[in-house]
Amino acid sequence: LLFWVFGVVVVAASLLVVGQRNPLYSALYLILSFGALAGLYVLLDAAFVAVIQIIIYAGAIVVLFLFVVMLLNVSKEDAPAGNRSLLMGAGPRRFGVVLSLVLVVELAWALSNLSGTPLQPGMQEITVRDIGVRLFTDYAFAFEATSVLILVAMVGAIVLARKETP
Amino acid sequence: MPEPTLGHYLVLSAVLFSIGTAGVFLRRNLITILLSVEVMLNAVNLTFVAVGRYLGSADGQIIVFFVITVAAAEAAVGLAIVIALFRHKETLNPDAFTTLKW
Repeated sequence: LLFWVFGVVVVAASLLVVGQRNPLYSALYLILSFGALAGLYVLLDAAFVAVIQIIIYAGAIVVLFLFVVMLLNVSKEDAPAGNRSLLMGAGPRRFGVVLSLVLVVELAWALSNLSGTPLQPGMQEITVRDIGVRLFTDYAFAFEATSVLILVAMVGAIVLARKETP
Repeated sequence: MPEPTLGHYLVLSAVLFSIGTAGVFLRRNLITILLSVEVMLNAVNLTFVAVGRYLGSADGQIIVFFVITVAAAEAAVGLAIVIALFRHKETLNPDAFTTLKW
């Protein structure tokens, strides 16, 4: 039953994220969406992912977004230029509508083929210890590459956002 | 209501991904577009965790760990670019940035 509660909350919050004109409210609804998603991860016996979801996504990334929204102080989206009709709009918009419709059709097809593959309850518990051991043995290279990626991202963000002063 | 199966999680993930895709294409605000990309990344994460649970493997959760790290880096660089663009044009409308358009 909890799956349905969390699932409905996630979908509703994500729709509100996309539907808001003010990015401030979008970011706040995104926190709600991430919280419900963390609940789903707990239902899937993935407590580690649920915790880093809350800490990194809701705690760090959304706060970064809110920081930028308040820094730029743009609360209103620009009014659409020209006609507002979705299918008659500009190229990218029409493409987006078509692509979304294709995704919905695929979704309906997937729903009709929904087979009941049950999730076996607790084949073997995946603990944080397992994840840590795998992370530092099989995935050691990827882990180190991630650290370089974060360093590059940090330097890049500073260079891009800094004021142009000689 | 039936017990949730692997298919339910995959369909929920697909719904989230569709919502995110629609947001990327339909919004005209760079920050909201980046937020929609985060929604899409979360949909993919849900798939990884669900399938990893189904196979009884820790790999799914490890991949999610990497995805979240990359998402953090992406958000930092993306927002830095948004700030730099806003300094130039005083707007967040992606249609305004057409200098490279031929």
